[in-house]
Amino acid sequence: MSKKDIKVALIGNPNTGKTSLFNQLTGLTQKVGNYPGVTVDKKQGSCKLSSTQNAIITDLPGTYSINPTSVDESIVLKTLLKKDIKESPDVILVVADVENLKRNLLLFSQIKDLEIPTVLAINMVDQMARKGISIDLTALKEELNTEVVLISARKNQGIEAVKAAIIKCHVAAKATPMCDNKKIDPAYFEKLKAINPNYTLYELWLMVTQKNFPEGISKQEKEQLLSFNKDVSKLKRYQHKETIYRYQEINKVLQKTYLVDKSKAKDVRARLDKIFTHRIFGYFIFLLVLLLIFQAIFDWSSLPMDLIDTTFAELSDFARSNLPTGILSDLIVEGIIPGIGGVIIFIPQIAILFLFIAVLEETGYMSRVVFLMDKIMRRFGMNGKSVIPLISGTACAIPAIMATRTISSWKERLITILVVPFTTCSARLPVYAILISLIIPDTKIFGFYNLQAFTLLMLYALGFGTAILAAYILQKTLKIKTTSFFVVEMPNYKLPSVKNVLFDVLEKTKAFVLGAGKIILALSVVLWFLASNGPESYKNAAQNTIEKVANKNLGVEELQQKIAAVKLENSYIGIMGKSIEPAIRPLGYDWKIGIALITSFAAREVFVGTLATIYSVGSDDENTTTIKEKMRSEINPATGKKIFNFPAGMSLLVFYAFAMQCMATLAIVKRETKTWKWPLIQLFGMTGLAYVCSLIVFQILK
Amino acid sequence: MGYISEESLDSIPLKLLEMGCLPGAEVQLVQIAPLKDPLYICVNGSHLAIRKETASKIKILKSE
Repeated sequence: MSKKDIKVALIGNPNTGKTSLFNQLTGLTQKVGNYPGVTVDKKQGSCKLSSTQNAIITDLPGTYSINPTSVDESIVLKTLLKKDIKESPDVILVVADVENLKRNLLLFSQIKDLEIPTVLAINMVDQMARKGISIDLTALKEELNTEVVLISARKNQGIEAVKAAIIKCHVAAKATPMCDNKKIDPAYFEKLKAINPNYTLYELWLMVTQKNFPEGISKQEKEQLLSFNKDVSKLKRYQHKETIYRYQEINKVLQKTYLVDKSKAKDVRARLDKIFTHRIFGYFIFLLVLLLIFQAIFDWSSLPMDLIDTTFAELSDFARSNLPTGILSDLIVEGIIPGIGGVIIFIPQIAILFLFIAVLEETGYMSRVVFLMDKIMRRFGMNGKSVIPLISGTACAIPAIMATRTISSWKERLITILVVPFTTCSARLPVYAILISLIIPDTKIFGFYNLQAFTLLMLYALGFGTAILAAYILQKTLKIKTTSFFVVEMPNYKLPSVKNVLFDVLEKTKAFVLGAGKIILALSVVLWFLASNGPESYKNAAQNTIEKVANKNLGVEELQQKIAAVKLENSYIGIMGKSIEPAIRPLGYDWKIGIALITSFAAREVFVGTLATIYSVGSDDENTTTIKEKMRSEINPATGKKIFNFPAGMSLLVFYAFAMQCMATLAIVKRETKTWKWPLIQLFGMTGLAYVCSLIVFQILK
Repeated sequence: MGYISEESLDSIPLKLLEMGCLPGAEVQLVQIAPLKDPLYICVNGSHLAIRKETASKIKILKSE
């Protein structure tokens, strides 16, 4: 970013096509970063305005007003109040929906009063004729005293005009307020303005109402501003008055410039709403959509996932045979490559899920789901908006937890965050798959339904049911006072734009790979180290084993296997597995499963990989049976029974359904809730529940 | 169909005001959710879903 670059902040109501415009302006230059200290993603991209002028465009979260009610919206206020030369925007680009211009202009009027040069882009003008709308552009420019551009971001119309307007606005650098709060109560606002002349009246007013003070405000000034806060009811009344006053001004402007001929308006909204929010069809359609999503996640993703699996296995083999032997190659072959593979393998499922969610949100259908589900979810202490995180949770809890940011009630949001990890995420699938194939017979029930598939379905139901039940308990026990306030806009139905959907999927998948991937990879390396190092007994394993079995006349292969097994048993991780064995024996597990439980903290699916390592030592021998066969024949020396019998297998399934075994999720929960309290409650609560339930299952079935 | 009464100004949450629920504005009840809550309304060109609890703070004058 060079000094000359114009810093542009993109602001607008939700559903105005702000993202479309951002995508058109910046294309693939977009980067997602973080705002310092908060969790909301900061989307930035660069844009060539003219042959000589560049701009850095920041996409701020969609909001209806500068007065925030959710985490997302508070970012807008913070960014705009900053007087930092490096950060504060030079030009603000406000995007408005032509059909809802009146409401969109409220935000515009607030921005205008910050006295920063502002461009107004009125979007979706291709709909004007269909809706019977006409605009007098010249008059509107004059009335609003700003640059106004008519665009259709999806059709890539008017984008050049926006660029030109930004330059023009930046050069002119004039900014006049639209409303004057002094009209509400001259004496009151005079006094406010006198506190610090460097800020506009509206900025000072925002500091008072939002209790948000930029760094340039001195302690004394802060005290003075806070003194305005004493009379809360007066403050509230003035905020109400201010909003009414703003709408009056807007109405004056629109009367002269904006015309709607209702007789020409054609609307499909009403007809579609009748179907999608119907008391029977509405839920039926939602159920079909859910089934389609699950079907897609499992069906479409199996091919790419198998491909990724074999590719990384081959890559490991290739690296092993081409790298010189040594610790470093071991690290690469056994630690890093499988670690990266373990992250990449989730991409197909996660990308497909994001694809569906993006399409549902783009079309406007998601708001109808929120409308349908709010009452039901509220009984369990959640919100209609909690549906989206709960669906996302079936792919991965991490993006699901990030998707709760739109829920403005803290209690409802917190409950959603806490219960989302119960939903069956894709990392549990490989564990379920191998255990089910071991303990559930491959037969049909009711003559047609596969018993193994039915078990899997039951596990999904168990996860979802537990999430709902946990939410219900949390709702009764959590003593958090929040005003549950719920407003959802029902946007117009739209065909999804391919570009927007693809960008969204790309961005979210990237965020998952970089966020969760880092933790999973790092833990894989740590676990590799623990498994391939150990105290004295580990180092002497080879020697001792050779001595012990010297008289048994074992072949080279067999000897190698024996040594590897003894090595693992004596490694740090083996020692850890053995030390927790007394605690997990009542659940039906041995120390080998103990090792797998510990390694599962990197990510659950590591369970399968770990067992593979434990049982497959020497698997390059073509005569050895598959891992599954080996697990099946594994015998508990203490009881003489098979380890993976029905009771132990069921107990393990239950354990994996409930236990909190994902470091990446815990890290995200810490980030979103800003304390370790909630992730720790999740860790101990869920894992404790898992322990108790597995214990009961094993002891009953035994 | 109805109009928001002037006297409910102070009780309407600021956010709703900002979204167009202004005193004097015409409100149309588009749909009630299958479980009788929330309500789907149209006011000042905004299509909104609000909970009954919130809606009860807005006084409506009937118009025929």
